[in-house]
Amino acid sequence: MAKKRVAVTGVGMTKQRSSRPDVTGIELINEAVRAALDDAGITRKDVDAIVIGNMDHFEGINYVDTWSVDGNGALMKPIMKVCTGGTTGTTVAMAAYYHVASGLFDKVLAIAWEKNSESDTTGAIITAFDPFWDRPCFAGAVAGLALEATQYMAETGATEEDAAYVAVRDRKHALLNPYAHLHINLTIEMVMESPYLSWPVKMGDMCPRTDGACALIFASEDVVDEFPHRPAWILAVADRHLWAYTSDPYVNQKMVGGTWFPAMEKATEEIYSKVGITDPLNQFDLAELYLPYSFAGLRYMESLGFCDRGGGPELVRSGATDLGGKCPVNPSGGVLSSNAIGATGLLRVAECALQLQGRAGERQVPNARLALATGFGGCFWSDELILGVDKPEKPRG
Amino acid sequence: MEPVAIVGVGMTEIMDNHLASNYADLVFEASQKALADAGMTIDQVDNVITISNDFFDGRTISSMAVMDACGSYDKNVSTVEGDGTFGAFYALMRVLSGSYETCLVCAHHKGSEGVMSLITNAMFDPIYERSLGIDAITSAALQARVYMERYGVSEEECALVSVKNHGNAFKNQVAQLPLKLTVEEVMASPYISDPLKLLDCSPVSDGASALILASKSRARQITEKPVWVKGVAHCCDAFHLGDRDLSSTRALEEAARKAYAMAGISDPGREIDVVELYDAFSYMELMWLEGLGFCERGEGGKLTSSGETAMDGRLPVNPSGGCLSGNPVVVAGLNRIIECALQVRGDAGEHQVEGVRTAIAHGINGPCGQSHCVWIMGGEA
Amino acid sequence: MENWRENQEIIVMEGRIKVPYTWAAGEVGTRYLETLRDQRKFMGTRCPRCEIVYHPPRRNCPDCFEECEDWVELGSQGELQSYTVVRRHHPQLSPLPLPFAYGIIKLDGADTGFLHILSDFQEGELAVGSRVEAVFAEEREGNIRDVLFFRPVKGVD
Ligand SMILES: [Zn+2]
Repeated sequence: MAKKRVAVTGVGMTKQRSSRPDVTGIELINEAVRAALDDAGITRKDVDAIVIGNMDHFEGINYVDTWSVDGNGALMKPIMKVCTGGTTGTTVAMAAYYHVASGLFDKVLAIAWEKNSESDTTGAIITAFDPFWDRPCFAGAVAGLALEATQYMAETGATEEDAAYVAVRDRKHALLNPYAHLHINLTIEMVMESPYLSWPVKMGDMCPRTDGACALIFASEDVVDEFPHRPAWILAVADRHLWAYTSDPYVNQKMVGGTWFPAMEKATEEIYSKVGITDPLNQFDLAELYLPYSFAGLRYMESLGFCDRGGGPELVRSGATDLGGKCPVNPSGGVLSSNAIGATGLLRVAECALQLQGRAGERQVPNARLALATGFGGCFWSDELILGVDKPEKPRG
Repeated sequence: MEPVAIVGVGMTEIMDNHLASNYADLVFEASQKALADAGMTIDQVDNVITISNDFFDGRTISSMAVMDACGSYDKNVSTVEGDGTFGAFYALMRVLSGSYETCLVCAHHKGSEGVMSLITNAMFDPIYERSLGIDAITSAALQARVYMERYGVSEEECALVSVKNHGNAFKNQVAQLPLKLTVEEVMASPYISDPLKLLDCSPVSDGASALILASKSRARQITEKPVWVKGVAHCCDAFHLGDRDLSSTRALEEAARKAYAMAGISDPGREIDVVELYDAFSYMELMWLEGLGFCERGEGGKLTSSGETAMDGRLPVNPSGGCLSGNPVVVAGLNRIIECALQVRGDAGEHQVEGVRTAIAHGINGPCGQSHCVWIMGGEA
Repeated sequence: MENWRENQEIIVMEGRIKVPYTWAAGEVGTRYLETLRDQRKFMGTRCPRCEIVYHPPRRNCPDCFEECEDWVELGSQGELQSYTVVRRHHPQLSPLPLPFAYGIIKLDGADTGFLHILSDFQEGELAVGSRVEAVFAEEREGNIRDVLFFRPVKGVD
């Protein structure tokens, strides 16, 4: 039983853009931090502790926590850096959650950011892979995802066009989000005609690379009444970071009983049991999923229990995951529309909070009360958080 | 704070080059030792925190390399980038939250595989500072100069720290650099960056460590010698060296003030029995002793000269040999906590200080001790 | 298998992370570097609330978070707050041949020090509190190395 119940009470973000040469990383961070403080009606002095995350090699900064003090607000305060690759943003959210749940801190500032314009994103990602076994022959984000897509299509009969529906949906949602990076009224034809990056993944299936920052205020149940917006309660968190090598998620099929995305399925099982989710499609009012590419928007729906195995394409084509559908997925426009990698996971949590607070503007899901946020990274790792309008009966992790 | 205990610890030997072990091998060894020390199996561990740094490892998502080795399979796991004291603090919060009963914390570092100057140069701002070529040693030298001039601390007083800590290392099985030194020998070692000489600086090291934290009820089931965490706090100063008074330890003082308050300590000089602090350079031991409140500002040299911080003194400091005798960065702070835990348990072997009831461990992040984390541990809940 | 190690050294693979970076100086940094390049002048920014003049310039005050929109011209001389003479040359890092030093220099008109290189000094000439002056490069490119180094101000005690 957690010591304190925890809520998101303030949301700040920069507009997600392809390049922000007008600011340094520190200044970009500061934009999001000040937006979050203003949104929460507090100042830097009110913050008890700070958690920050990004991926070191995307900006080439060692010790980002101490380097960015001018912008992150940590002058004479506690700050801690966390980093887990693509899941960094959700890892930041979880760390901020535990800071408050521990009872040690009441108001915690969570910051996640990336300036992908400042490096060769693929060049940096290649260094994530083992220097002996993976790096010399296999590396980079697109190739790993293409392997997953190939496997998924072979096993389910899903088509490239099915995946294109995901891309079109998320980009359409992004048109309603002024903070999103890509505002493109994408069509199925445009996706299908876009060039292949690594078969079957095409340009239109992939996320962009983005400059952006996000900051949230996490507060304990003791102080939530001090804030102007209603709390978006964190109901539970769970993650699995299985394995170390690129090929592990494939060769370990036997080990995990033939599941498709074991990290996500195991994290899902844990978090659903904590919150009592048995019918996610009907129970969740929205989901903000870290979909690094379109095919993930089919396969993850199955691993998250929104449909049966192989049912992803039908679910997405039915419109159930569109805004206005039964459970809109990625009303923010998702990762396919904005991907400042370190910030991406935290932006999922931010969108859930805004929706639950009824502050999502044109993309507002009516009467949103329960939301799922996920993070993706590493070698098919999964982070998950569930947020709700109703204060949980008792604290739980 | 509700009591949480350290119930198991494990360290690899600290070496200049663990050539036969990769990161995963080192983490596996350390975590197996911690489990064995606790009498636990990995199945009994609720969740895991790893500690690593992408720059030192030359690898984005450096934690990926040790995900198998740390035993996190099908467990909640996360990763802190920074000193081990900070990573262990996150683990502590996860246990305090009530979500977990036990948490395994592992840290790894292989300084032998990178170029420390280039990696620490990357701590500095790319627009204003990095192209000047500054690194951890040259920046520390700027701090040493200000501190020593401001308080009239002599190079000999700093040298005494090296003599003491390298001497203590003879009694510590895992230390890398036991050296029988005199102040004259330290003074005669070549200058690297004035006023820092070779023997004022910690070595480049490889190593890994692990510890297991447990909630009060679990801790009592696991071990008869739980080491209770009494207080932990951290605090960060300004980044640009010129924004800070480099002779000031105000961030450490703030962290210590909070940690002492949590632990109910009002007079650290009387209530603390042993100190393991982050002596990346000899002068740092003096500054951090002052920041922790063991003497007045500028009096760290006198405290050391008086012999009070020696193994047989009133307040032994770094009986393990400290970072000067082995400095696997990010692991080093975790080692300070582990050494304190061993001291409180009475299991420190040859470098055991007699009658330890309360101990302080300390770690730093960023250039010139910009960010400090203070841990207070004791034998009673 | 037991003795395979006897005649086998551990294999070590050499590598280098090759990631190119393009760090944006931002608007504030660009104005600073442009002025340094074109006018050989140092500029700081002042916090309207704390009244601290920051150098290098900040877009926001690290403490009170106000926008620091006031630009302040600083002197090209200042006070040496700390220094270290580097005794070991690093092939990839050292900006000048030995002997050179690093210094924290509080320029006239600034409230904070900044980091730079010191050269053209005699052994023992540098001292905390002494005056130093900037020596600019003839060819300037809009980076912090447009200042070649600082050196002691001659004839001043
Ligand atoms: Zn101010």
